[in-house]
Amino acid sequence: MATPLTAASYNTTYLPTWCPGCGNFGIWKSLEGAFASLGIGPDDGLIVYGVGCHGNMYDWIKMYGFVGLHGRTLPVAQGAKIANHTLPVVVVSGDGDCLGEGGNHFMHAAARNADVTVILHDNQVYGLTTGQASPTAKPGFKTKSTPLGSTDEPTNPLALGLVSGATFVARGFSGDLPGLTALMSEAIKHKGFSVLDILQPCVSFDKVHTYQWYRERLYTLESSGYVPNNKHAALEKSMEWGDKIPLGILYKEDKPTSEGLEPALLGDPLVRLPLEVAHWDKLLNEFV
Amino acid sequence: MRDTITWTIGGEAGFGIMSAGTVLARTFTRAGYHAFAVNDYPSLIRGGHNVVTVRIGSVPFHGVTKELHVLVALNAETVDIHKAELREGACVLFDPKDKEWKESDFPVKVHLLPLPLRDIASELHADTVMRNTIVLGASVALLGAPFEALFSVIHDQFIRKGEEVVSQNEKIARAGYDYVNSHYKDVTNMHMSPGVGTEKQAIVNGSEAVGLGAVRAGLKFAAIYPMTPINAIITFLADHAKELGIVYKQPEDEIAGINMAIGASIGGVRSMVATSGGGFALMVEGLSLAGMVEAPLVIDLGMRVGPATGMPTYTEQGELLFAIHAGHGEFARIILAPSDATEAYDLTIEAFNLADRYQVPVFVLTDKYLNESQWCVPLSHFEKPVTIDRGKLMTKDIKVTDGGFQRYDAASPDGVSFRSVPGTANGQYYANSYEHNGNGHVSADAGNRNAMVEKRARKGAAIQKAALPPQFFGDEKADITFVTWGTTKGAVISAVESLRAEGKKAAVVSYPWVYPFPADATKSLLSKAKRIIDVEQNSTGQLAQLLRAETGIEVTEKLLKYDGRPWYPEEIVEKLTT
Repeated sequence: MATPLTAASYNTTYLPTWCPGCGNFGIWKSLEGAFASLGIGPDDGLIVYGVGCHGNMYDWIKMYGFVGLHGRTLPVAQGAKIANHTLPVVVVSGDGDCLGEGGNHFMHAAARNADVTVILHDNQVYGLTTGQASPTAKPGFKTKSTPLGSTDEPTNPLALGLVSGATFVARGFSGDLPGLTALMSEAIKHKGFSVLDILQPCVSFDKVHTYQWYRERLYTLESSGYVPNNKHAALEKSMEWGDKIPLGILYKEDKPTSEGLEPALLGDPLVRLPLEVAHWDKLLNEFV
Repeated sequence: MRDTITWTIGGEAGFGIMSAGTVLARTFTRAGYHAFAVNDYPSLIRGGHNVVTVRIGSVPFHGVTKELHVLVALNAETVDIHKAELREGACVLFDPKDKEWKESDFPVKVHLLPLPLRDIASELHADTVMRNTIVLGASVALLGAPFEALFSVIHDQFIRKGEEVVSQNEKIARAGYDYVNSHYKDVTNMHMSPGVGTEKQAIVNGSEAVGLGAVRAGLKFAAIYPMTPINAIITFLADHAKELGIVYKQPEDEIAGINMAIGASIGGVRSMVATSGGGFALMVEGLSLAGMVEAPLVIDLGMRVGPATGMPTYTEQGELLFAIHAGHGEFARIILAPSDATEAYDLTIEAFNLADRYQVPVFVLTDKYLNESQWCVPLSHFEKPVTIDRGKLMTKDIKVTDGGFQRYDAASPDGVSFRSVPGTANGQYYANSYEHNGNGHVSADAGNRNAMVEKRARKGAAIQKAALPPQFFGDEKADITFVTWGTTKGAVISAVESLRAEGKKAAVVSYPWVYPFPADATKSLLSKAKRIIDVEQNSTGQLAQLLRAETGIEVTEKLLKYDGRPWYPEEIVEKLTT
């Protein structure tokens, strides 16, 4: 690309339809900033979106996009990555999409260490369906589907990612653009399954977890001297919630990826390989 | 001398019953015969009653018949279960240590050939599991074939494990061969007339045929969750992934499987899934997604007995209407239904071309009988060159357009629009599960919705025009015209052959391309038919329902079988006369 990439390189003619003040704005701008800083232009990568408020983001990011079915982002992303393992593949998903409908896919994509990045919009509610509890809803959280307060143990995406085999696990905050942009760049650069859980206020359906509520509690792991190389320590940190909530990289590990272990993916991507079978006669002879 | 014999081996699972059938079939195809093997087993790994039936002919034939000429019993239960199928003069090979069978135990006169299988195995320091190899040697002797044909198969099967394993297996097989030749020299009624085939034959099961077709068509990715009866395609693809340069992934479930395959398809490679009815039920949501984003996709749907878990290891044609109607919303699809391994290979290649040409999901509707039976296909059939048509796929030289690349160009006359692949310059678009405009942006605009529905519908109309006509076999002015589809065709053709041999005028119309239904070709074949009989392997006559819906022709006579066992030609003929 001749001109250097900026956030404006991804502009479309569509304007966001999110509620004013929605946490998604910060995630959107951070993602564009991360792509620009990594030199990934509109034709150079693929974003797979789920269905939810988060998923509407595609209309205002100019980049190859796949807007999947609710919950099914990760399988699509893995298939696309196998077709072209040189292509950066990022999943934009929500807590309901990724952990509710798609929970099984999340576990297994992590276990394979598929080389995709999950940007997980975590706001505890289903916004697009006007405010029901999501899998990450904290106990007692009152929503349209939990008028007496949520009773279920909330799903912890960081802990689940860690025990399932994710090799990059981090948490960001949608109210911190520079910090979030840097985390996204790290997550996208990581070779392997990277999970970036992003705390974001839902200004319409959550009057408890506001920007202010988060700002009073958040601290960065980096500033506390934490080193993200120990899974047990990371698990401890993943369960820290309440007065203090950690932000940053909890865990990072170099490990062969799902694609890296495939003999067929050691060279050119599948999409550029010839369709003819090289040793057809030899193969046929096995059946005689 | 016999032109054809049917040989059955039975015993507990885990005793090499299945592999014995394949080895015998291969032994005879190498010697110039036609062969076919079909299994019957419950869903168990050990125990239960496992059976493989091999039919061998000096000339080609379709499937198996009911009559049984050689029964190899690796336990007493096998004789109890199968003795009623034995024809006059049939041979029964058994170990007297299982039971001392007497001629009076059988409904017809048979030759009893006791073989001390356990004693032979123990003399040769072989495990009792090797009884299958002893009986293979014995069977080859009984059929009057040279030992060398069997040895060549044994050699090729075990040479990877070393010469020692080959020679141990040879010794064991030869012991069975020699025992029959020395003790039952006078039993010659099972000797086969010489095989006249000069061409090399492959023995493949239906799943392998689909797999061979897929890789020949340029398959690069498959995501298949294990399920009977399509497991053999997993083995085939996984075993050959490295040398073929393809990727097979085992997904966490069929939902993931179809979404992975769609992702790879959008990524620009030929991809497929395979499953059975229950797994396909989970894929239905993804099928609709493929319809909406216009992703080329091949689905091998191997039917088995339902509903629910049903009888997992038995065969049925119960998913035709399910495949036609599956998926929320309206979108085009193609359903092909091979009748044997040759067609499974051909139609799988065709499926990939159709999927790319029309950017739709294409089904290869197989079943347990096709997938797990061993079929004989001339090697030359697989050696023929194939045509690969990737349709309107653009991987370079895309020009910048206003409003972005028009991936879903509603103006395309046949509804098929050019597609790009992520990573290609100027090809940026959105594959969108929401209703979308030409570039893939969401749109709920009424005019756009109409244009897009009509675009996708035009593909359906174009496909309809390209539909393969039904196949016709038999007499032009037949008194009886059978209609059938899929693997039932073999038995119906055999039935038609026997009816014609009796001087009756009979024909069969069968459908390798089932949907969109070739209605015009059907009307011209059936509108003047005197008596139409539908033959299917389900309880509701699904083809007959489709035929009536699409042509108005009502087939009132139906032969329906739904016990999980394939149709035998004799059953069809019998049902006509009674």
